[in-house]
Amino acid sequence: MTAYAFTDEQLQLRESVRRYLNDHGTVLRTRELMDDPEGFDQPSFQGLFNELGVGGVHVPEEFGGAGLGYVELCIVLEEMGRSLFPSPYLSSSVLAANAVLLAGTLEQKADLLPPIASGGQVATVALYEESNLTDIGNVTQCVVDNSFTGVKSFVTDGHVADQIILVAKHAANPNGKPKFWLSRSDDPGITCTSMTSIDTTRRISRVSFENVKVEPLGDVEADFSVFDQFIDFALVALANEMVGGAQWLLESCVDYANNRVQFGRPISSMQAIKHKCADLLLEIELAKSGAYRAAQAIADDDPALPVYASIAKAAANDAYMLAAADAIQIHGGIGFTWDNDTHLWFKRAKSSQVLLGTSEIHRDQMLERVDLLEVG
Amino acid sequence: MEWSETAVRNELRSFLESSWDPNADLLDWRNKLIDAGWGMPSWPERWYGRNMPLSLQSVVADEFARVGAVSVARTGIRLLAAETLLAHGNDAQRERYLRKILTGEEIWCQLFSEPGSGSDLAGSTTRAELVGDNWVINGQKVWTTSAHHADFGLLLARHDWDVPKHQGLSYFILDFHQPGVDVHPLKQMNGHASFNQVFFNDAKVPRSDQVGEDGDGWQIAMTTLMHERRNAGNIFVETRRRGVFNGTIYEQEAEENKILLEPYTWYPQRAGRVDLVLPRARTTGAISDSAARQEIAKLLIMARCAEWTALRARAAQQQGQPQGPEGSLGKLAGSNIARQAAKVHTLMTGIDAMTSGEDSPESGIIAEILLSVPAISIAGGTDEIQRNIISERVLGMQKEPRTDTGPFKDVRKN
Ligand SMILES: Cc1cc2nc3c(=O)[nH]c(=O)nc-3n(C[C@H](O)[C@H](O)[C@H](O)COP(=O)(O)OP(=O)(O)OC[C@H]3O[C@@H](n4cnc5c(N)ncnc54)[C@H](O)[C@@H]3O)c2cc1C
Repeated sequence: MTAYAFTDEQLQLRESVRRYLNDHGTVLRTRELMDDPEGFDQPSFQGLFNELGVGGVHVPEEFGGAGLGYVELCIVLEEMGRSLFPSPYLSSSVLAANAVLLAGTLEQKADLLPPIASGGQVATVALYEESNLTDIGNVTQCVVDNSFTGVKSFVTDGHVADQIILVAKHAANPNGKPKFWLSRSDDPGITCTSMTSIDTTRRISRVSFENVKVEPLGDVEADFSVFDQFIDFALVALANEMVGGAQWLLESCVDYANNRVQFGRPISSMQAIKHKCADLLLEIELAKSGAYRAAQAIADDDPALPVYASIAKAAANDAYMLAAADAIQIHGGIGFTWDNDTHLWFKRAKSSQVLLGTSEIHRDQMLERVDLLEVG
Repeated sequence: MEWSETAVRNELRSFLESSWDPNADLLDWRNKLIDAGWGMPSWPERWYGRNMPLSLQSVVADEFARVGAVSVARTGIRLLAAETLLAHGNDAQRERYLRKILTGEEIWCQLFSEPGSGSDLAGSTTRAELVGDNWVINGQKVWTTSAHHADFGLLLARHDWDVPKHQGLSYFILDFHQPGVDVHPLKQMNGHASFNQVFFNDAKVPRSDQVGEDGDGWQIAMTTLMHERRNAGNIFVETRRRGVFNGTIYEQEAEENKILLEPYTWYPQRAGRVDLVLPRARTTGAISDSAARQEIAKLLIMARCAEWTALRARAAQQQGQPQGPEGSLGKLAGSNIARQAAKVHTLMTGIDAMTSGEDSPESGIIAEILLSVPAISIAGGTDEIQRNIISERVLGMQKEPRTDTGPFKDVRKN
């Protein structure tokens, strides 16, 4: 992205991801996977790595990645959000890879990133404890003497993860920022149980740890923590995924409205419907601008990232939920049926809205950080 | 020729170093700028420009601001008139009008809306009849901003009543300095009177001042409106000079602005004055009220994302995509922002928001915001019309059934 436009290479990347997902991420297949215990299609997930080469988009080549930037990663995510492609990509290639990239030592990166970037391993990050209305990363549990006992919830793709990266405080510094820790996946103290999500295209688990031996990612003795940065990176990734889904909903509304006839004419000729769609387009374009700008800020190491990340997530939340609610309204009764596809995106919108903070939380946070906006 | 930022900067810098004089005569200076192509560098070389890509406009503005140089006149709708003539006028018209648009010697207004036709501009009933070598104009326009200062107007009028409404319109340059034109100011709800009623009684337009051919009026008016929407909220151009500069040219410019800017003093308020929000949130304490914080943040997020959206649109244009109907998105965003800003100013001001005048908050500016914001979603095409444009031309949705497609004389009117 050259400031506000994608480069030709980036547009080609988007094209090829879209083509791949059109073939491998059909709604028909997604519906089958909603009843599958793993919840995703192994061959088409592997194809992301072997065929499409987007497994470690933003992971440096020395660690087995493609060595591109965060903007490219976000392009992939936007397309996945658009097609609702169910896979542990967000958990593994984004969240876990980011944790290692941000916190890990050189050795840990060399050790952990190649299997993530090649798709050989699925990893995820165990962040949430209890639901919390005001603080996204309200992590309170501590690692004591390199051992952890506690319960983590809403762990995305925990059920298929080979490696769970734990977020917990260091007992030596319980008031400090949370740190990242590695456990052995075959540790008998780890038990993973599925939680039931309204969005069965993204699975979540509760993971309990009982005297599990852990090893720190990076230097936990240092005061410095990359936790906030990790959250900002995750917000930007999720926001980009979300605007892709919102765009799909708008297109499906327009398509349906152009074909559905009432009172002797297509409902798309009725202003109540047209104006809703026009307003939606505006909201979605604004949210895209927020998401793209924040992705660019990561690529540029822009100090205004914390405020941009909150702007991106708040705007994406509001646009996606508006699109989801309007889409059902515009489809009428059929929109409320299981057979119609709209509810699949509605559910993704809802689960994404509350993952990593509602708009209310992010509006509050953006004002906390508004000084950065005035500078940036 | 290929332009690079450094090339522009170097060339303009050396031009300003050798030519800029803060004690020059305003008119002389602007003519010099026009001749050098530094007044409107994005215009064609043939017409006072340098064929420079719009993307480098900000570099030019930056160099002017650095030394405090005065630019060509840009206020009001003069640039809409110029862009329309560049697109559809003939060389004689460009020769006659473009230079004095840029020197500021002549003031323009837009004679489109009528009492019976606002959103439905093509329903104009102002009559144009060709008598000898003159078009004779009869009828009335309304909401005409700056008509009380105008030398010329961009006039949309009907020459043919027997064809469907869009086909019977023509486009003219109307000279205000003639007995057949009467201007009556209209007072607005915010107390200002920046728009007017304009009456034509056998007003004359020489044939040479018709733009395009008979029946081209609608298409040409669309060009004017497209430029207006693109610049929505930006008609009032502020000079961003850094520091204080002295010289007689600034005094001349200030004198000129007393007239040119008079109709637009309230325009920043109509856009909601988002710039005042954070400072006032801090002084009023609203910044620590949780309900207020939500509304303030909604506004700032909207405004920031709209700014980035405009930059994306501009970047797309620079990559060669044509200016399209997405200007309507920006206009709609501007309305949403202004409305949210009015809401935020109200909640931060409390019961004081019922007061106006010098003693009221921000010396009356808050009151002026609250009473001016309602104009932004009407002027230049209402929000509803923008939504129609967006849904039909960007999203490809169907048009409403029409009842006005027959010969105009048979169409129901006000
Ligand atoms: C501050 C200000 C400055 C202005 N300056 C100028 C100027 O310099 N020159 C000039 O020519 N004009 C000017 N105007 C006029 C402006 O362009 C018109 O007022 C505007 O286009 C609306 O037209 P109208 O007032 O006739 O309202 P109408 O068209 O009668 O609209 C009334 C209501 O009906 C709605 N409506 C109308 N048609 C439709 C439709 N098809 N679908 C849905 N809803 C519809 C409108 O949205 C509006 O809510 C100015 C107006 C203002 C407020």
